[in-house]
Amino acid sequence: MELSGGHILVQCLKDEGVEFVFGYPGGSVLHIYDAIFHQDDVKHILVRHEQAATHSADAYARATGKPGVVLVTSGPGATNAVTGIATAYMDSIPMIILSGQVPSPVIGSDAFQEVDTVGITRPCVKHNFLVKDVNDLAETIKKAFYVATTGRPGPVLVDIPKDITDPNIKIPYKYPKKISIRSYNPVVTGHKGQIKKAVDMLLSAQRPIIYAGGGVILGEAHQELRELTRLLGYPITQTLMGLGAYPAPDPQFLGMLGMHGTYEANMAMHDSDVILAVGARFDDRVTGKLANFCPYAKIIHIDVDPSSISKTVKVDVPIVGEVKPVLDQMIELIKESDQQPSKAALDSWWKTIEEWRSVNCLDYDRHSSLIKPQYVVEQLYQVTKGNAFVTSDVGQHQMYAAQYYHFDQPRRWINSGGLGTMGFGLPAAIGVKLAHPDSDVACITGEASIQMCIQELSTALQYNTPVKIINLNNRYMGMVRQWQEFSYQSRYSQSYMDTIPEFVKLAEAYGHVGMRIERPEDVKDALEQAFAMKDRTVFLDFITDRTENVYPMIEAGKAHNDMKLRVAPSAPVDSELS
Amino acid sequence: MRHIISILIENESGALSRVAGLFSARGYNIESLTVAPTEDPSLSRMTLVTRGSNEIIEQITKQLNKLIDVVKLIDLAESSHIERELMLVKIRTTQDSREEVKRMVDIFRGKIIDVTPNSYVIEMTGQSNKLDAFIHGFEAESIIEVVRSGPTGISRGEKGLHL
Repeated sequence: MELSGGHILVQCLKDEGVEFVFGYPGGSVLHIYDAIFHQDDVKHILVRHEQAATHSADAYARATGKPGVVLVTSGPGATNAVTGIATAYMDSIPMIILSGQVPSPVIGSDAFQEVDTVGITRPCVKHNFLVKDVNDLAETIKKAFYVATTGRPGPVLVDIPKDITDPNIKIPYKYPKKISIRSYNPVVTGHKGQIKKAVDMLLSAQRPIIYAGGGVILGEAHQELRELTRLLGYPITQTLMGLGAYPAPDPQFLGMLGMHGTYEANMAMHDSDVILAVGARFDDRVTGKLANFCPYAKIIHIDVDPSSISKTVKVDVPIVGEVKPVLDQMIELIKESDQQPSKAALDSWWKTIEEWRSVNCLDYDRHSSLIKPQYVVEQLYQVTKGNAFVTSDVGQHQMYAAQYYHFDQPRRWINSGGLGTMGFGLPAAIGVKLAHPDSDVACITGEASIQMCIQELSTALQYNTPVKIINLNNRYMGMVRQWQEFSYQSRYSQSYMDTIPEFVKLAEAYGHVGMRIERPEDVKDALEQAFAMKDRTVFLDFITDRTENVYPMIEAGKAHNDMKLRVAPSAPVDSELS
Repeated sequence: MRHIISILIENESGALSRVAGLFSARGYNIESLTVAPTEDPSLSRMTLVTRGSNEIIEQITKQLNKLIDVVKLIDLAESSHIERELMLVKIRTTQDSREEVKRMVDIFRGKIIDVTPNSYVIEMTGQSNKLDAFIHGFEAESIIEVVRSGPTGISRGEKGLHL
């Protein structure tokens, strides 16, 4: 079959089983859009801004495990996509970005809508390609999918000059079934000797802890993680990106660790003697002050990316490999082993942990006359029975979502962890809803974040993706305000917006339902009403306590055992803020 | 400590900038970098001289290996190796100094490859410190121009860096 480049591209996507392409047309991709017009298999989702295309595709990937696909035009189309590409890169999300480029003969001449897309995106993609010959197009697309989805996943961009998709140049089409790249051979199984060493170390631990990250979810290893954790009876903590891999309601789960992690998780990390790190990368928000990080611990680290190992924290037993087969081997070795974890040591360790847990670090004022943001998330958890897909933006609301929505399944918690991209939540919710049309999807956001991609309310209407927007509206950039309160003597520099739109009217203007909730006693009813409207996008504008902070907190540069806890649930209200 | 990292990399446009970009993005220093195609024109050989603690060098090699275009690499400093650098120097000469310069070139086993009434171009290869020593043998004002390739290297023995 002879096809032009535009049709080849669309055919490649079909052959890869791509369901949705998130994109925005423009001059350099018109041939491709014409090819899209001629078929119905690959559905195009027209966003309102290219940043949203990348976030929607990214969230689709996070919620399904399949790569997300983005199509943007050259120049501003590509530069608008960069934030979303970097977001996916930081969280190792498989994504394919197809960007149009000006025709090959004019590349380098500062042509209309020309930028060096390959150059601009180089530091925030796993790999990128510039297609120079239509005969290479199909193979390049195959390579892009292969690189994006294997090893440590990540976004891969393919820049396609307009002449490559010229409808008048037709060539035979053949999509390669398999591909290998001689310079790219990701490791799958771990080193046997190292795994044996790790198991011995784990079984002889006195104060062990399992520290699991997003790699467990990316590597589809949550069952293995659960089995291993239960087999050992050890406490487990998870990073922001790992939430859901191990069920949060389980008593062995200590909560999230790190800057806004629980007291028990951080104290247990600090006092532990053996840490099993699984698919986690010792990010600065997790470790706090490196010099004081887990001073008594020997560390075992399983990661598919060798460069994650000993990058910030030196580890004792590195295991390079995919999390799933490595955990499988560990489980097998533990079952075969004559050695058992010391019951006495473990009992005493759990006793200490329960003391930390009894501090009840996530407690807050449940009798306030103002709506507490934590309360909204707790009610959301109740109303959705813990089964919703929850996306979030970035800030206080993100931390409340992580702390109070007790995820018990992987791929349900969808947030920008590494890059911390405000504006992620709404387009992400749309991507998730397209992937799981029968599931409840909630976007937990704040009045600052939501305005960064608010235009996607229009996309939500066009594609009938009824999501529920939980806006925790405290009339501040809450996390910025919190840091200013703690570190800048409450000088709230530019963290307040004087003019916040009437979100109810705004939602209605976009064709959705808007609700404003001002009293705690109305929170539950409002949520129930909203989720009962199965086919409507509902914007719930919760007017929350402006003074509320995220606790506990490890302030920047401090250690795990140096946490700031809530002083008293009803601390006096700052008069300026009331 | 100084390390010489020898890299076999796909001879693709942009491959060099991926390496250079990695160093600047992560704050690693590059003392020198040389690159040219190998006997297989689809591959380039790159020699990169850098400095850093063992931890930094470990990260550098891991990050380089992570680049999709990098086929293989070795840190030559880890084992016995040979390194050479090529230098071309243009020296201002006078009637009185020409013999002396020629003697210096002989001592350092260089070659005079261009001659004018007032200058020589000298070609010299060797380890970088030998080239440094040669240059230091001249007054600054007599040196018109110095071009150095940066070191390249190869390991001793039968083993080699290839596909």
